Amino acid sequence: MTEALTIRGLHCGYGGVPVLHGVDLDLARGEVLCVLGRNGAGKTTLLKAIMGLVPATAGSICLGGTELIGLAAHQVPKAGVAYVPQGRRLFAELTVADNIEIGLMARGRGAATRDSVLDLFPVLRERLGQRSGTLSGGEQQMLAMARALCLEPEVLLLDEPTEGLMPSMIGRIRDTVSALRGRGVSTILVEQRVDAVLSVADRVLFVENGRSRGTIGVEDLRADPAVVRRYVGVG
Amino acid sequence: MAFGPHLLLAALEGLVTSAVLALMALGLSLVFGVMRVVNVAHGEFYMLGAVVAWWVSSLVSGHPALGFLAALVISPLVVGAVALAAERLVLRRLNYNPEATIVATIGLLYILQQLALTFYGPDARPVAAPFSYRVVFPWFGYSGYKLAVIGASVVLLLVTWFVLMRTRLGLVMRATQYDRETAQAFAIPVDRVYAGVFALGAMLAAIAAVLIVPISQAHYLMGLDPLLLSFIVVIIGGLGSLRGTLVAAVLIGLSDGIISAFFQPTLAKMIATLLVALVLVFRPTGLFGTAAR
Repeated sequence: MTEALTIRGLHCGYGGVPVLHGVDLDLARGEVLCVLGRNGAGKTTLLKAIMGLVPATAGSICLGGTELIGLAAHQVPKAGVAYVPQGRRLFAELTVADNIEIGLMARGRGAATRDSVLDLFPVLRERLGQRSGTLSGGEQQMLAMARALCLEPEVLLLDEPTEGLMPSMIGRIRDTVSALRGRGVSTILVEQRVDAVLSVADRVLFVENGRSRGTIGVEDLRADPAVVRRYVGVG
Repeated sequence: MAFGPHLLLAALEGLVTSAVLALMALGLSLVFGVMRVVNVAHGEFYMLGAVVAWWVSSLVSGHPALGFLAALVISPLVVGAVALAAERLVLRRLNYNPEATIVATIGLLYILQQLALTFYGPDARPVAAPFSYRVVFPWFGYSGYKLAVIGASVVLLLVTWFVLMRTRLGLVMRATQYDRETAQAFAIPVDRVYAGVFALGAMLAAIAAVLIVPISQAHYLMGLDPLLLSFIVVIIGGLGSLRGTLVAAVLIGLSDGIISAFFQPTLAKMIATLLVALVLVFRPTGLFGTAAR
């Protein structure tokens, strides 16, 4: 299996306060890897470090053959990593069409990409002229994912995409993640709850106190849910 | 002169003030909106624009229009380059920290002012208007150039609006304004956007100065009043709101012209300041502003 993204011994922090001290991660091509851990374990920081938004102090982040550490934050998406931040972080004052345009501009993609992304989220097609801040929570999440997919990324980072959504919408987001796997997108999915990931993830990486605690296949996890407690002490 | 024509004259004078003020305030508003930097040195970019305009036009012989046009091209470029240097050498190194940049731009204000005093001198010097056509109304004649200033300002504002709202460059600037971190995650080089916006803001002030300098002369202290008026306009209009800046500029310019003509210029300033106080008390985000997130 070829690796889409490899992280070794990643250390980073905010303004001298260390948050991650030694994270290893292997993301295979076309798989959905879930990062699971408690509040404050460093999951979001891990994604931000991959994006170059939090500077790494040690370690390596390898995308295919490219070392991402040392790239400016705006060069990481060009290399092929797309990011759906926690809380969606849409450009709320801009229209749906503008948000998508910003996604397309990131890697110079055109109308074909736009059409294929909108086919994935038909509801957005009807809302193109609407200010994105006025969409419902679920639609905003779809737009945040659509905006990221406009990069046609090799690796997609999803930070708690189902947070604060109603159950029917959570199902649709999961279906989308599965559909993306079908298209060959490698995904890192950050979640807090185990039950949120069993149906979509291939493997689960546990993170605790800024360190990676190991990875297990989702089948093993389903067979023995108690294993979670052994890794991170959450259920 | 009867009341009606007198009012018309005052309103025209006010509109000229509005036209120049709108350009300058727009620059200030862009810089604050996108970069969150309160540029106290904005008035000095205006002054510098006027001084460079005088310098350029004094070098060009022949018809005054030639010198003026040369100034209209060269002055904004020179001022833009100075602003770019200040951004790279000072603001970027402060990491755009809001408090630090205020202090830094105050320093920049004095540096530019004293440099102008040293090399340009304390005199007020005029630039000849590119043409001296007078528009004759039934009651009075009025400078055609002043009307042209209003027209030029309207055109420039429309161009700026078009760039901001209808082009990819504008989209990049607005995305940076709303969420700097997420903009970076979408390959927007925020660093370069900041440099460009700071230069653009200074260039708008310089263009305003070139337009005004045939009407009121270039002087090393001329930046102060327009700076205060620009802040008033930006606060009343709402930070980062293009429409609010325009409406407020017209409002402040007109009231300044009319109140100055019928009463006292000082009264006009007092009313403008009172307006700012009222806006800050009752509508802190400005007339058209939205709450910062």
